[in-house]
Amino acid sequence: MVSLSWYLILAAALFLIGVYGVIVRRNSIAILMGVELMLNAVNINILAFWHYHTQLNGVVNVSGMVFAAIVIIAAAAEAAVGLALIISVFRRKNSIVAAEMNVLKG
Amino acid sequence: MNYEVLTWLIPLPPLAAFFLIVLITNKSNKISHSLAIFSAGLSWLAGMIVFIWAIGPQGVHQQILSSSINWLPTAQSFLKIGVQIDALTAVSLFFVAWTVLMIFIYSVGYHNFGSPKGEHDQPGLPPHGSTELDPDGKTIIQMSIEPMYARFFAFISLFAFAMYVLVLSNNLLTLYIGWEIMGLCSYLLIGFWYAKPSARAAAMKAFLTTRVGDVFMLLGLASLYTLTGSLQYEVIFSHEVLSQLVNSLSPVLGLSWASLIGLLIFIGVVGKSSQFPLHVWLPDAMEGPTPVSAMIHAATMVSAGVYLGLRFFPIISAGWEGGLALTPVMFVMALIGSFTALFAATIAIAQNDIKRVLAYSTISQLGYMIAAIGIGAYSAAVFHLITHAFFKALLFLGSGSVIHGMEHGVHHSGEHIDTQDMFNMGGLRKTMPRTFITFLAGGLALSGFPLITAGFWSKDEILSGAFNGGFNLVFIILAVSALLTAFYTMRQLSLVFLGKPRSEAAKHAHETPWTMTLPLGVLALFAIAAGWAGIPESFPLIGGKIPNWFGEFIGPMIHNSEHGAEHHSLVPLFTSLVVSLGGLSLGYLVYRSINKDERDPMEWSLGGVYKVLAHKYYIDEFYDWAFIRPSRWIADKVVYFWLDLRIIDGSLHAISNFSLWLGTLLRKKFDSAVINRGGDALASSARKAGSEMRVMQSGRVQDYMILALALILVGGLLVVLILL
Repeated sequence: MVSLSWYLILAAALFLIGVYGVIVRRNSIAILMGVELMLNAVNINILAFWHYHTQLNGVVNVSGMVFAAIVIIAAAAEAAVGLALIISVFRRKNSIVAAEMNVLKG
Repeated sequence: MNYEVLTWLIPLPPLAAFFLIVLITNKSNKISHSLAIFSAGLSWLAGMIVFIWAIGPQGVHQQILSSSINWLPTAQSFLKIGVQIDALTAVSLFFVAWTVLMIFIYSVGYHNFGSPKGEHDQPGLPPHGSTELDPDGKTIIQMSIEPMYARFFAFISLFAFAMYVLVLSNNLLTLYIGWEIMGLCSYLLIGFWYAKPSARAAAMKAFLTTRVGDVFMLLGLASLYTLTGSLQYEVIFSHEVLSQLVNSLSPVLGLSWASLIGLLIFIGVVGKSSQFPLHVWLPDAMEGPTPVSAMIHAATMVSAGVYLGLRFFPIISAGWEGGLALTPVMFVMALIGSFTALFAATIAIAQNDIKRVLAYSTISQLGYMIAAIGIGAYSAAVFHLITHAFFKALLFLGSGSVIHGMEHGVHHSGEHIDTQDMFNMGGLRKTMPRTFITFLAGGLALSGFPLITAGFWSKDEILSGAFNGGFNLVFIILAVSALLTAFYTMRQLSLVFLGKPRSEAAKHAHETPWTMTLPLGVLALFAIAAGWAGIPESFPLIGGKIPNWFGEFIGPMIHNSEHGAEHHSLVPLFTSLVVSLGGLSLGYLVYRSINKDERDPMEWSLGGVYKVLAHKYYIDEFYDWAFIRPSRWIADKVVYFWLDLRIIDGSLHAISNFSLWLGTLLRKKFDSAVINRGGDALASSARKAGSEMRVMQSGRVQDYMILALALILVGGLLVVLILL
């Protein structure tokens, strides 16, 4: 039986990898991928706690899974919108480097 | 017929005419004068119906008509508006209605209705005449219409309204209202030709001089109201109130309240009826158009004063039992009245202006009436008031007609002479016969020509009242003034109508239109016949043949019957005859043929006295010296220079300087230092902070990410530290 802390360590590691990717990568798609990693790390957390919780109390419900599903849906929508943005930016500037998307800078 | 309602309606038509003319019809001369005359006619008609009822068997001897409505609520009661018909009101109504109507009709002709407009006429000045070309190509000058024709009729309508209100009122409040409206109207009408400085001055003089009297009169009314709580005649003239007033002591000079109030009211009478020493306004009132002079001198203003004196007779004579022991008020009235009668008569003999002579004769005749009230000859005073109203209205309108004729002559001859100076006239009996006949009737009535004229009967009654009452001094003074009156009247008649013309204008004078001569005729009729209503029974030969209707009608007005009735002395009768005929023949002898450029015989015969008389005893000069110049000096030096410039302006300047200093201080120390600079500092610090912070806005999305993470870390740490 894998204890809860392993899941949490995995999730934290994944989350930090995601953060690292978001911060250091120049490519917008890579940043988007980092964000997806962070979201999925959160999902692992959610499911781990849900499973732990149901086992501990002996109560069967699906709320954790529903929560995770909603997060996945939101992530999918976010990815769709983000990619659409990236494509349109690419069409204009021929580049998807995040640091160059600064036309709103004051 | 409902006489009560009718009485209420008498004063209203002229008031309606006034408003209609002022507000609506003032552009049309014809409609305006028709309205005014129609309204005066309505009042006249209503007045005559009431008068005939009042003298009839069902009239005021049965029951005095009195009717009031509540007006202003006071604590316990109401101030009321009301009308009343008693014997005094009835006879006053009679002469007011007639003279007012006649003056209205006369004004149409006097202001040259129907004549063209003058080329140089302007509002505020008398018309100068208009030039026209006759068929031969010669220029002729005609009379021209008064530029403010409608305005004149509006004003005299208001004037007539006020007099009707005053006469018909049954309380002192509405009487006082009428009294003051008349003061206003006299101001407006004396100053009718307001572009003339002399007219403006005369208007102000009349207004201010009568105001002096009015103030005292108002004090009298106020004390009366305070003491009795009412201004209704039936209350204040009742026996209880009168005896209460006689027996209570006033705080002034140990007089009873009745005497004090009587004196205060009498000062009002002095102002309005132009008695010495407030007589100065009346001669100057000649500056107005002549119908106004007639209105003021006969129909309304001065008669109102005497009317008030008569109305107040119960208070004036309260405590008097007949005989020589007069009340203080009666004594003062007898004194002032007889003095004024003589005083004004002496001035009148040295005046050359046709209207001024009449003005002084008015003052003199009013003195007669006041003296008559003073010696208790009540019905004689009423009688003289009425006959005088008729013959003085006649004389004034006649003099207006003469002046009009003279102006016509001046237009013809082109001379530049004073058309009112009697020494420029002469021989007008031929050119103006109708005016002459009527003026003669008026003049004879004024001088008391025996038997046929009204003036004789009324004056004789006053003289016999004085003699039979034992007031010998009053009798002698009045007799002497009657002599002077006859003399200056004949002087005037001779200078104006007899002899030869003393100027081209007089030669070419022209009779005036019928609108002017008709009223003269009607008034002449009254000037002769009005006296026949009051022939005393005791008169030799004809006494008792015609009933003394007037004495019987007016007599019951006063509680203690007249004192002279039991004596039948012939001395006053002979005195009247002698002074009247003597004065007239003396005047005729001296003045029957004065040639051109001849000087007044009075001038060399009287010497220095003439100069004093011609200058009216220097009273105007004295008033100028004693009152006007000190007032001006005080106004200029004390009020303007010292009070106004120094104290009021000084304190204002001090306040403004202080405010200025305070304002500067606040601006420097607070406004610019704190508010302005604080605001600036706020703005610049916000700007500075903005420019410092803008480096954080790199525009790189990952920088924001780092920042957000850093903030979350810091925030999380803080939360952890604080919560745990």
